[in-house]
Amino acid sequence: MAETDLRIVEADGIKIDLKNRYLAAVLAWAFPGLGHFYQQRYAKGTLYAVCIMTTYILGFAVGGAHVVYASMTPGDRRWHYACQLGVGVVTLPALWQTMRLNQATERISRPGQPPFFRTRRDFVPAMGGWMSPPRRPVSEQSADEVAAWYARKGAGYEMGTWYTMIAGLLNILVIYDAMSGPLIVPGAGRRKEEDQDDTQDASGPEVRTAKTVDGKVTADSNVESIREPKS
Amino acid sequence: MMSISPTYLLYFVPLLVAISLVYGATRHEDLTLILRHALHTAYWMTGFMGVIFVILVLIGLLV
Repeated sequence: MAETDLRIVEADGIKIDLKNRYLAAVLAWAFPGLGHFYQQRYAKGTLYAVCIMTTYILGFAVGGAHVVYASMTPGDRRWHYACQLGVGVVTLPALWQTMRLNQATERISRPGQPPFFRTRRDFVPAMGGWMSPPRRPVSEQSADEVAAWYARKGAGYEMGTWYTMIAGLLNILVIYDAMSGPLIVPGAGRRKEEDQDDTQDASGPEVRTAKTVDGKVTADSNVESIREPKS
Repeated sequence: MMSISPTYLLYFVPLLVAISLVYGATRHEDLTLILRHALHTAYWMTGFMGVIFVILVLIGLLV
């Protein structure tokens, strides 16, 4: 199908102009809902922005300023950041903070053992330590900075991490929505539709799956105007 | 019965609202249908979590 055919989609009887869908996807990643604002889908853009940013900010509120940070140092591999990165540019200061910390951290090689990392004592993280990784070394056997964050926030640190991760994962759905329109699962709710069809008049079955109308892709669930021709 | 404070369950509420609304919005364009879908998702999630909770409580009582 030609690229131009994918620009206009239809869902719930509403025609959606996706405009430049790739730009919309990038904008949707940059800030939740921004891609939808670009497409003039203001209501959904607002809904996404409010839901995702509230979840993200709540994560910080209950977990503190360190729930989002990037680290791939042995003993402190912060894989959670891969999910949190989905929220967009608001997570990028974590990368900058990691670069700063790495510059102030020396690697000490030990024969027959994994390398040891130690942060200089005079290092002061920027922005009051917001999204800054813990000072090195980090070890489960010692009272490091991560242990202090856990001690200070208790379960809040764990919950804050989950909140921010879920916000990032939700935004992946939003990016898809900005790029391709509402997601339709073929066959979803088919049994209910069949029941309804039995009670419908002779005007023909209602179309409920994605269709192309006038050369445009539709992803519709309740479009009155789109009906299969009666055979 | 529970080893944590029941107030911890409040963490569930914002997540439930956000996930339900975002999930519903990725399936529909019409706001009424989004809210209906979100409500259905919220019921389903709460029910699912409730079933898991009951199973865990029963296991805790039996063991």
